Amino acid sequence: MAVCVAVIAKENYPLYIRSVPTENELKFHYMVHTSLDVVDEKISAMGKALVDQRELYLGLLYPTEDYKVYGYVTNSKVKFVMVVDSSNPALRDNEIRSMFRKLHNSYTDVMCNPFYNPGDRIQSRAFDSMVTSMMIQVC
Amino acid sequence: MEAAAAAAAGTGCGPGSPLLLSDGEQQCYSELFARCAGTASGGPGSGPPEAARAAPGAATAAAGPVADLFRASQLPAETLHQITELCGAKRVGYFGPTQFYVALKLIAAAQSGLPVRIESIKCELPLPRFMISKTEGEIRFGNSAELHGTKVQIPYVISEKNTFKRMDDEDKQQETQSPTMSPLASPPSSPPHYQRVPLSHGYSKLRSSTEQMHPAPYEARQPLVQPEGSSSGSQGAKPPRHQASLIRSFSVEREPQDNNSNYPEEPWRITEEQREYYVNQFRSLQPDPGSFISGSVAKNFFTKSKLSIPELSYIWELSDADCDGALTLPEFCAAFHLIVARKNGYPLPDTLPPTLQPEYLQAAFPKTKWECTLFDSYSDSMPANQQPHDLNWMELSINDMTDFPVPTQDMTGNDKQALKSTTDEALPKDMSENPATPKESNSLKARPRSRSYSSTSIEEAMKRGEDPPTPPPRPQKTHSRASSLDLNKVFQPSVPATKSGLLPPPPALPPRPCPSQSEQGFEAELHPQLSRAPSQAAESSPTKKDIPYSQPPSKPIRRKLRPENQAAENQEPSATAGGPASAATVKPHPTVQKQSSKQKKAIQTAIRKNKEANAVLARLNSELQQQLKEVHQERIALENQLEQLRPVTVL
Repeated sequence: MAVCVAVIAKENYPLYIRSVPTENELKFHYMVHTSLDVVDEKISAMGKALVDQRELYLGLLYPTEDYKVYGYVTNSKVKFVMVVDSSNPALRDNEIRSMFRKLHNSYTDVMCNPFYNPGDRIQSRAFDSMVTSMMIQVC
Repeated sequence: MEAAAAAAAGTGCGPGSPLLLSDGEQQCYSELFARCAGTASGGPGSGPPEAARAAPGAATAAAGPVADLFRASQLPAETLHQITELCGAKRVGYFGPTQFYVALKLIAAAQSGLPVRIESIKCELPLPRFMISKTEGEIRFGNSAELHGTKVQIPYVISEKNTFKRMDDEDKQQETQSPTMSPLASPPSSPPHYQRVPLSHGYSKLRSSTEQMHPAPYEARQPLVQPEGSSSGSQGAKPPRHQASLIRSFSVEREPQDNNSNYPEEPWRITEEQREYYVNQFRSLQPDPGSFISGSVAKNFFTKSKLSIPELSYIWELSDADCDGALTLPEFCAAFHLIVARKNGYPLPDTLPPTLQPEYLQAAFPKTKWECTLFDSYSDSMPANQQPHDLNWMELSINDMTDFPVPTQDMTGNDKQALKSTTDEALPKDMSENPATPKESNSLKARPRSRSYSSTSIEEAMKRGEDPPTPPPRPQKTHSRASSLDLNKVFQPSVPATKSGLLPPPPALPPRPCPSQSEQGFEAELHPQLSRAPSQAAESSPTKKDIPYSQPPSKPIRRKLRPENQAAENQEPSATAGGPASAATVKPHPTVQKQSSKQKKAIQTAIRKNKEANAVLARLNSELQQQLKEVHQERIALENQLEQLRPVTVL
């Protein structure tokens, strides 16, 4: 259901970003970029004491007219940002969570590959196919 | 059908629309389809042709045989992909009869130079031509009679291009041999390829039956082809592009026969030797075959294969099924196999082929462990007979692999027993029985593959525990060090000051054989060693043979000794050469003598190392002498300057 999926590294540069190709992708890139501020805000808002209990799923970061942006942070400060089409009313929070969980699992698999250097762009085909499966349902 | 085929019109007379085929094409395609489908359903190699042909319409052809058939058409990969897409197989996900026929027509079109389009197949087309290696055919197309989906195209001989003759086994035998010759005889680029009809079945009968009863066209073809009555071993026409490795591949082809098979030949099947080799490598990295290889260890190992990192990353993705960052034995074998296939030019699959799945591999080779030990001993005894090869070997072995992917995994119990018994007994001797030579050469080839890996770094070769098969790198290092130390010791008395500066003596000195000591000890050793390698004996001094690492004597002394020993040895080798010489090439090493053979091998390799080291040292010596002189002169010049300047400063 996602329109755009992005994986942002700890240093806030993108490891992976993929949008539905029909749209103006630059717009999505910009949205992801601006959402990073919101993510940082949410992380810092939780405070140091709560780091252990900090929920990985950040929820709705901010809504726009057409889209909603959701965020998810891993314990290693790798952020997943997902832009979802607002016109899809049936999209529930649980579904978003499950999508993030899938993303996180795929990301872990990518990390397990010894040939992957952390900080490289993610070029794993398995990861690609998983993201495609998430995005393709929209179309 | 067979006789009727003879009269079939040549190039498809009917409209070439996907569903309208000429008689000839219909027959051809249905046979091919049946073959592909027949193997897909696992029909035994000895199944009657008719039975396999009986159900062409119902079955679907498996991707494996079909892919191999398409590859045999020698079209570039993109064309084949296009064809696959066009014929609809990708869409429906399988090769039904319709898709298959369309694909065959497209292949014919592509081979005729037409663009790959649906429109092209509407016109008349010649039949597609396939170069199928013998083993492929044998494996895939279990029935001897199904020879002719593809025909030998010899323009000057064949008018009956579309004749589908049912050949008898004898005919097949002829064909078998003729293909062998054809690639060698005809230029590789000649359009009329011999269509080797794989004589899987014919193979087994090959040896027994004689070639009689050739239908006329065959006989016409015979003089052309010139089957040199070769050994039944000469089988299998490989595509001309592999001409270089043809001979070896021929010998290797034997193996598939013996393994009997009907194994659908795919590049993704791991043969027995390959399996053993992989397991061997696994054990060199991780002694316990049941546990994992960690990611970093595997990464270092696979990086040696010189594939690009993204490709290796992809291979890892494919093979690490549980995504745990570590490779179990079947995962490792799959990864290794993918790497080898990739190096051989095969494109990586999108998903892990079923034959490389860990469960499949684990199930197929339950006895891996003890086979490994046998393989180890086997490999130990073999090294002396092999010379290190570079990637050439690797290519060959890989070619062999791809062309005769002996799917040992599907071995029946009997075959496996047979195989095990051969490995049991010892190795080269038993191997050489039948497929022995090919098997041996195959495994020999398999091992050189490791050498190509290890050529990247000597340390890694050592680390990988391949010392016995790859002697040159390791000892050379130590010897060179030892030699340089020798140099120091020799020349230190004369020029202590400069020499020590130039050559800091290495800390640990592997002892070198002392000529005086070894001489006596050697007479006893000479015999077994001479039997080993008379040529080597002639070259190397006995010093090296016996105790590779004893106290290093001075170089000049060693050199003097060598000619003496050589003279002595030369006579002995000639005397003993007769008997052992024959055995020299392939030494049967009964398990009992493994230890002594191991030592002999070590000694021989040490001899070689020493020789090389000597050469290196001689060069080093001269260079150092030169440097010494220069430094001397500099010193003298400096002293003079100092002298000149001193009066000035003093005053």
